[in-house]
Amino acid sequence: MAERSFAREVEDLRLGDGDTFRGEGILAITKALLQSGVAYVGGYQGSPISHLMDVLADAKDVLDDLGVVFQSSANEAAAAAMLSASVMYPLRGAVAWKSTVGTNVASDALANLASGGVTGGTMIIVGEDYGEGSSIMQERTHAFAMKSQIWLLDPRPDHECIVNLIEKGFELSEVSNTPVMLEVRVRACHMHGSFACKDNVKPAHTIKDALNNPKRDVGRIVLPPAAYEHEQEKIRTRMPAAINFVRDNRLNEWMGPKQGKVGIIMQGGMYNNVIRALQYLGLSDAYGNTQIPLYVMNVTYPVIDTEVAEFCLDKDAVLIVEEGQPEYLEQAINTVLRRRDIQARVHGKDVLPMGGDYTAQVLLGGVREFLEKTDPRLLGNRPPAPDATAVLSHPEVEKLKQVVPARPPGLCTGCPERPIFAAMKLVESELGEHHVSADIGCHLFSILPPFNIGATTMGFGLGPASTSAFNVKADKRSIAVMGDGGFWHNGLTSGIGNAVFNKHDGVFVIVDNYYTSATGGQDILSSRAVSKRRNTNNSIVQAVKGIGGKWVRQIDRTYDVGRMRDTLKEALTTKEQGPKVIVASSECMLNKQRRVKPQISKAIKDGVRTVKERFGVDEDVCTGDHACIRLSGCPSLSVKQLDDPLRDDPVAAIDNSCVGCGNCGEVAEAAVLCPSFYRADVIHNPTGWDRFKSKVAMAVIGWLQRRRDRRRPALEALA
Amino acid sequence: MRDETVKLALPAAGDATERPISIAIVAMGGQGGGVLTDWIVQLAENHGWVAQSTSVPGVAQRTGATIYYIEAMPPLDGRKPILSLMPTPGDVDVVMAAEFMEAGRSILRGLVTPDRTTLIASNHRTFAIGEKIVPGNGIADKGAVTGAIGIAAKTEIIFDMNALAIANGSVISAAMFGALAGAGVLSFSRDSYLDVIRAGDKGAQASIRAFEAAFDRVQSKSPEPTAPARPETAKTPPSPAALDPRLAGLAARLTQELPEAVQAIGRAGLKKVVDFQDVAYGGEYLDILGKLHAADRSAGGAEWNFAFTEAAAKYLANAMTYDDVIRVADLKTRSGRRARIEGELELSEGQVLQTTEFMHPRMEEVMGMLPAGFARWLGAKPGLLGWLDRRVNKGRRVRTYALPWFLALYVVGGLRGLRRRSLRHAIETAHRDEWVKFATEAVRTNYQLGVEILQCRRLVKGYSDTHSRGLSKFDKTLAAIKLVAPREDAADWARRLREAALKDSAGKELDGVIQTIKSFA
Repeated sequence: MAERSFAREVEDLRLGDGDTFRGEGILAITKALLQSGVAYVGGYQGSPISHLMDVLADAKDVLDDLGVVFQSSANEAAAAAMLSASVMYPLRGAVAWKSTVGTNVASDALANLASGGVTGGTMIIVGEDYGEGSSIMQERTHAFAMKSQIWLLDPRPDHECIVNLIEKGFELSEVSNTPVMLEVRVRACHMHGSFACKDNVKPAHTIKDALNNPKRDVGRIVLPPAAYEHEQEKIRTRMPAAINFVRDNRLNEWMGPKQGKVGIIMQGGMYNNVIRALQYLGLSDAYGNTQIPLYVMNVTYPVIDTEVAEFCLDKDAVLIVEEGQPEYLEQAINTVLRRRDIQARVHGKDVLPMGGDYTAQVLLGGVREFLEKTDPRLLGNRPPAPDATAVLSHPEVEKLKQVVPARPPGLCTGCPERPIFAAMKLVESELGEHHVSADIGCHLFSILPPFNIGATTMGFGLGPASTSAFNVKADKRSIAVMGDGGFWHNGLTSGIGNAVFNKHDGVFVIVDNYYTSATGGQDILSSRAVSKRRNTNNSIVQAVKGIGGKWVRQIDRTYDVGRMRDTLKEALTTKEQGPKVIVASSECMLNKQRRVKPQISKAIKDGVRTVKERFGVDEDVCTGDHACIRLSGCPSLSVKQLDDPLRDDPVAAIDNSCVGCGNCGEVAEAAVLCPSFYRADVIHNPTGWDRFKSKVAMAVIGWLQRRRDRRRPALEALA
Repeated sequence: MRDETVKLALPAAGDATERPISIAIVAMGGQGGGVLTDWIVQLAENHGWVAQSTSVPGVAQRTGATIYYIEAMPPLDGRKPILSLMPTPGDVDVVMAAEFMEAGRSILRGLVTPDRTTLIASNHRTFAIGEKIVPGNGIADKGAVTGAIGIAAKTEIIFDMNALAIANGSVISAAMFGALAGAGVLSFSRDSYLDVIRAGDKGAQASIRAFEAAFDRVQSKSPEPTAPARPETAKTPPSPAALDPRLAGLAARLTQELPEAVQAIGRAGLKKVVDFQDVAYGGEYLDILGKLHAADRSAGGAEWNFAFTEAAAKYLANAMTYDDVIRVADLKTRSGRRARIEGELELSEGQVLQTTEFMHPRMEEVMGMLPAGFARWLGAKPGLLGWLDRRVNKGRRVRTYALPWFLALYVVGGLRGLRRRSLRHAIETAHRDEWVKFATEAVRTNYQLGVEILQCRRLVKGYSDTHSRGLSKFDKTLAAIKLVAPREDAADWARRLREAALKDSAGKELDGVIQTIKSFA
């Protein structure tokens, strides 16, 4: 069950001729796939394409009606390998993942796929997680496209354009027997927009047809001598076919005046911000009526030499707008122009930054500098461009820089991973610091305050593998953390299996929260929910034992901080040889709340006896040291300033977003912190016995309290 | 800029030279920024505009700072505008901040500029982790944001939208939508906003209430609504002790013996001390305070507005009301406590409340309660002590309002009669006396140093390990102060030491300052 349900949005996938689709980019992409007659789809979730996978998962009925097969893949390599269905059969297929990380994982399968080539159209949708808000290393997918010879589409951020490119992309793939990549950037994926729909198309050839009529051709398999043939095919047939198709179908676009002293060449994805920059310079209106010729490369690989040459022929200079590094396009275009001896000067990374987001502001600076160098008259009367520097350099604002606190992402309220790291902190205070390899997932937030645990992260599921060098006898053992998502992605073999094989003495913590939570809570093999369509409830512990793990501990309630701590301590100190594997399991609180909240509300409404738990702090007992927060970081555990002249420091306070997970109490108890936490249990629809018990107890308690109150010195006398 | 620039005839395309309305919503993950974004998009589309929104729901969604961005404008002759995917500094019409420091962050990003930006911000705070983990007070200064808003915003609409939303049973996004409507920056009618909310199903009624309240608040500039009144905490009837002439005597002594300026804090301290133990303990407090004030006077304290006495009144009270088991048990069993919790939980008729305390007493705490002589005798028997500790030292879940547990706490809470003879009291008193003596000596020669020494008491807090850590920082700090005491700038060093000690729990900063001091002292 994913974090977000797309049940309503899925209905939009049924729209047809004459309808207008309005919604998120990722849904538009899904709709385009159906309009293109795909026979199968798959992929691996991860921002920014998680929603695509969720939509597909929620769209079972729509897909069934069309006869489209949807498979969630174990990882990106598995997804890429799935595209082999299009090698021998005229099946259109598409897969999606987060890039560049997913493309890294998939690259082996992609290279094989691209070498042998495809019969049916294949499309890889990569969510390019680059720039502000990204969660990964800043690299470009472009290199993969070039090295394996996969065509790279980079459409303008406009639903109409993206949808059209997907439809055309399948044709391009088929015409050139080459897989195609569609690159969409983070913001384009989550962009709200609209396009005119077409009817969905049932695949002409289905997976079933293929299974019933198997075909094989050794010439398509990557093995010498076929592999040498493939290379020649790529050069002699596939590339020219692709170039002809892109040119004939005008996939790249010319905008603005035909003639001009200068022009701008750009990746399609840069178009909107380029137009905005031109608008600031008075060179375009809001509707894209530009006064400078633009060549918009919706296909960034291959570069269509003839188009580039034609665009540059009569110009003094061109500006290449290409986000990220290295500047592959700029290099390619220089080659094109030099070979043909076309004299247009090429600008690009000389006036634009080598790395980072090309925002309208950045482009404004770059385009202005380019025009100042090449055709300053175009800048005309230089209308004032937006500029915040005056505000930013004001002393009051300068002062603010020291004040506004960083707000790093952290674990959610009630997250079951919090107590694991609290326990690790407690062990750290006893046994000292250890080398900890972190992994990709929510648990990576452990590297940030308040926990500050974890030294490296090498890739999804590679936490355990990245401790493999630390397999020597020493006073301390290495600790590796990995999530259940990473475990099934590859960690079982690359991490645990390898540790068993090499007799690694380290500690391996597998954080099992029943979902791949960081990507939005998708189900995996070990998910606890019963799913009709998938086989879930497969035990991680059994898998670890099956692969040879001997010292395996299952902790069924991560909130048991004391047990968590003791187990970790045992793992770090036991004499037993080989990997020490701890599987710490509790349900992702975000998903749990989504599942349980409606049930609780209903139960309360229906008059069923229900206990709701919440934590609180006795502010007069709390001394304001905040040790509890340093072991928690829960968003609902905060501080508040008391209205008491005798107190300097704010006290801990729990707000009403508390879900009563129990971590605060467990930590206070295990770390021997302070007795100011309490858990309040509120019984809704109490039984008669509940009420009777409480009434009797409170009668006695009330009497005792009044008795003591009478003896207490009445402080009002001092007021 | 070049001089040879020429005026170039740029053919205007009518309305087309206009830029879209741009709205940036800055929020933290999980604040409903997505819903607000969708509402605004729908609002614009309902008027035939082309609207585009973008967001980055990656990891930032998990409580980090994030930004949603919307652009919208009408199409021109069927042509769609080309809309940008990110806000451009200096070119944002409306910034909506769902938290006050996020409003500050949006200013630092250049999104708020005086020529065009209407800033709609809720001035409530959700503290960042860095503000919360400081052992002292790490809360960022709101005033700096207020100051910057005054510089940066063209129009500002600032109030606690979170409180307003909660008061109306809704969430902040609804209140912010109402504030946007009330601000009148977009040319749409109030009803068309409401239509958007009504079209959604869940919680539409509550959203409309919050919307309307915020709208009215903006339009009429009505004063900040007061927070929903808490149920009155149970008032204890005036007890016979109220007539205790000894209390009146203490009050009279306070007014006679202390200068007016420090009487308020002295009264608060006196209350706390009497509440902690008894009336006689209050007298003890005034005795010590009186001596300190005498030292203050003879050190020329009048010139300093008796800052030394003021600090003494505060920190002496805190030192005398140390956190022991008796105090905790007493506070947990008081009548007002349950009433307070019921109020916080908004408990309604027919619901039953129980609370569970998470206590982890150690033998140290038990020893602290025992008579000093006996405790010291026991302390010399490690075998016995260990045996006892194994029985005592474990986490206990105490169900406060179940009779057996309540009685246990009640009895412990009533042991204040034993307190004065206890080991803990002996230790605390000796420690306190030493501190008072040091401060009194210091104030004679270096007034400010005396004050600083008193203020160091702030370092002692917490229970168990936390308490010992605090105490050791206090002792370290005082020891370091002794090293610099003869210097003229001793007070500066004392302040630096104390501030460092409050920065991190491990005391690394403090150790750093001590190293520096040792290098010259």
